[in-house]
Amino acid sequence: MFWTSYFLAVLAIALAWPVPILLSRAQWPARSPFTAMLLWQAIALAGGLSMIGAMLVYGLEPIGDNLLAGLKSLAGMVFRNEPTTALGFWHIFALSAAALLSAHLVFTLLLTYYKIQRQRRRHRELLALLASPSADAARTMVINHDSPVAYCLPGGARSVTVLSDGLMAALAPDELRAVLSHENAHLNQRHHLLLWAFAAWRQALPWLPTTRLAQEAVNSLIEMLADDVALKTESKATLIKAIAIVASGSTAAPGAPAARMAFGPAESDGGQPGATGGAGALVTTASRVSRLLSPQPPLPEALRYAVLGACVLLLAVPTALLIVPGLLG
Amino acid sequence: MASLGELERAVMDLLWASQEAATANTLRDLLAQSTRSAGGTAGHEGKDLAVTTVLTVLSRLERKGLVERERGTRPHRYQAVSSRADHTAELMHEVLGSAPDREAVLARFIGSVTATEAETLRKLLGHS
Repeated sequence: MFWTSYFLAVLAIALAWPVPILLSRAQWPARSPFTAMLLWQAIALAGGLSMIGAMLVYGLEPIGDNLLAGLKSLAGMVFRNEPTTALGFWHIFALSAAALLSAHLVFTLLLTYYKIQRQRRRHRELLALLASPSADAARTMVINHDSPVAYCLPGGARSVTVLSDGLMAALAPDELRAVLSHENAHLNQRHHLLLWAFAAWRQALPWLPTTRLAQEAVNSLIEMLADDVALKTESKATLIKAIAIVASGSTAAPGAPAARMAFGPAESDGGQPGATGGAGALVTTASRVSRLLSPQPPLPEALRYAVLGACVLLLAVPTALLIVPGLLG
Repeated sequence: MASLGELERAVMDLLWASQEAATANTLRDLLAQSTRSAGGTAGHEGKDLAVTTVLTVLSRLERKGLVERERGTRPHRYQAVSSRADHTAELMHEVLGSAPDREAVLARFIGSVTATEAETLRKLLGHS
């Protein structure tokens, strides 16, 4: 029981700081983005689990031999006013921190979901009035705007890909198909769920290196995954050209200080302005293009299985440490 | 009978084009006209359109913050809150801007790139 809490604390610290830094510097995620994506999810889940678990186990140590027995006695203290003399100050502190952190994580996840849904609904309402359905592709709308813009707005059956006039004019048909298949990959593979979870994870613990690194890595990995889908139907040269045209065309657009001032309030509901905009996007675009220009072979199968094994262990070990002693006892 | 969504679109198009306030009656007549001229055949769609339907559409648009009602006049006169260009700019700002949770709201084909980044991209492409 005692050693469990120390082990979980060490695991939590490792997953919060050195492990994500090492992984974010590694080169192999570009070779097998899907495997890397699973590893980031395992790191985030195991990190949260061991953080809360370490505090819970430490706090319950004096009142139970294992987690279940401890929780049972704690419930007795909370609901039936049994004496709490066994718990010292630090035990109560750890238990409160565990409860607060759990509530904070769940609350942030829900709040982020609500905010995202609200923004998407508003965006869809305006699109319905401003954009017209595309004649060529299903679930695609065209908006009247000069700079080349393509994006997808997820929303279950109402998911839509939006293209600007400028983009349609700048791209050849095969390049346009590459863009559409890239955006459809985002929608089909439900990338918005990953973005939601990692955005909430970062919003909840912004000062933790792992949350920023994880969000940046996930943003970059989903682009690679979508590029890989586009490459199944279109040639590499076509996709690279499409990326280059859209990237060089969109340089003029972003600054727009007037628009920023006019719609200032929209910015205020996020945490740190510009935190995910500039640098993250730069890395993503550059690494996407260099990945396409000089492709590396995917990780050898043995290594991929090793990483998958590490993911399973990351999740299984803290879970087992928390639950198995209670089941055995 | 056109759906509410299509009517909302048609009403906004009229309000954006005219730039001045109009009553529900005026809008109904304009809508009937446009469906008659566009519809080719007898144009019974226009006849079916009741003023109450137009008022429903207007109140939905008002709730969405796209239309405002002039107080004090009877019947009420409605006008667009901001121009079509402004709304497009609002949308594009949401897409191109750097609001922290934008990346979770929608996924862009290419993130914002600075001039130096575009230069690097051109160099990368030159080498291939």
